[in-house]
Amino acid sequence: MGEVIVITSGKGGVGKTTTTANLGTGIAMQGKKVVLIDTDIGLRNLDVVMGLENRIVYDLVDVIEGQCRLKQALIKDKRYDGLYLLPAPQTRDKNSVAPHQMVTLCNELRQEFDYILIDCPAGIEQGFKNAIAGADRAVVVTTPEVSAVRDADRIIGLLEANEIRNPHLIVNRVRPDMVKRGDMMSIEDIIDILAIGLIGVIPDDENIIISTNRGEPVVTDSKSLAGQAYRNITRRIMGEEVPLMNFNTSDGFLAKMKKLFGIKPA
Amino acid sequence: MIELFKFFKKKETSKDVAKERLKLVLIHDRSNVSPQFLEMVKSEIIKVIQNYMEIDEDALDIQLTRTNSDDGERIVPALVANIPIKGMKNIGR
Repeated sequence: MGEVIVITSGKGGVGKTTTTANLGTGIAMQGKKVVLIDTDIGLRNLDVVMGLENRIVYDLVDVIEGQCRLKQALIKDKRYDGLYLLPAPQTRDKNSVAPHQMVTLCNELRQEFDYILIDCPAGIEQGFKNAIAGADRAVVVTTPEVSAVRDADRIIGLLEANEIRNPHLIVNRVRPDMVKRGDMMSIEDIIDILAIGLIGVIPDDENIIISTNRGEPVVTDSKSLAGQAYRNITRRIMGEEVPLMNFNTSDGFLAKMKKLFGIKPA
Repeated sequence: MIELFKFFKKKETSKDVAKERLKLVLIHDRSNVSPQFLEMVKSEIIKVIQNYMEIDEDALDIQLTRTNSDDGERIVPALVANIPIKGMKNIGR
């Protein structure tokens, strides 16, 4: 039986879709079967981040309304066996889906896949309720900014109210140089405020933009720092214990990190 | 080395400001409970107290607010209830 994990944040633009794409690809790289569901109806983006935008025929709402079979709507990834995408429709509104339909869909996918990752839309309205309806656990993405942390706190409360306990936190776009000079909240500061378990830290890395430009998740890039961070999180999600990357280097952070992780094979 | 650094840098950093502001705003966010929730709390409190005293139910007022902590260093959420007592019941005496 597969496990359903929702990736959520409250605030928009903190990296939910990028995280979903990278964790999904990372899990597939480990040889597991995984499906990514884009629930951001009307604003689909997971397809372009995955580089699968040209293959869409059917979408989530087509499946839910019975316009096509589930298998017909699943798009197979071009690089990894066992990696599939269920895209969001672009021309419908979020009320085309109800939470109980998401539960049914997730339960059907559980039979077939090891992991089902749900990319949640921003906000706390219907789209959020749909996205979390079928989830067993949650990953909350935030960045070291007051607005993102505040919204993450709200989301954590709402997850708990919906009986999704112990969500895990990813802090995205951390800049160690700014943390060092006291101009960015540190991981410890954020954990102190949100009081939930940390599952990983993604350094701010221009490779994310470069890889998104190409439609190839950065997790496949063995030389990038963010890629290494995502590979570590993938393993933690799958139950492995992996130590956190150390950002507290005294000099030449990038050079040191490259030396530490850059030569490491995927 | 870090201690020495701190010694020269007395000024509050922007992340300290961010953290302080966040803590305050979250106290408010977290205690921003729905009227239905407060209504539920209120009716439970009435039920318990009515076992021991007669109270004026209509005048009962309950709200979430903020107050200074005992050590006076932090602001913490508080549940404040104003319950007018009409008389005591005789049980347990």
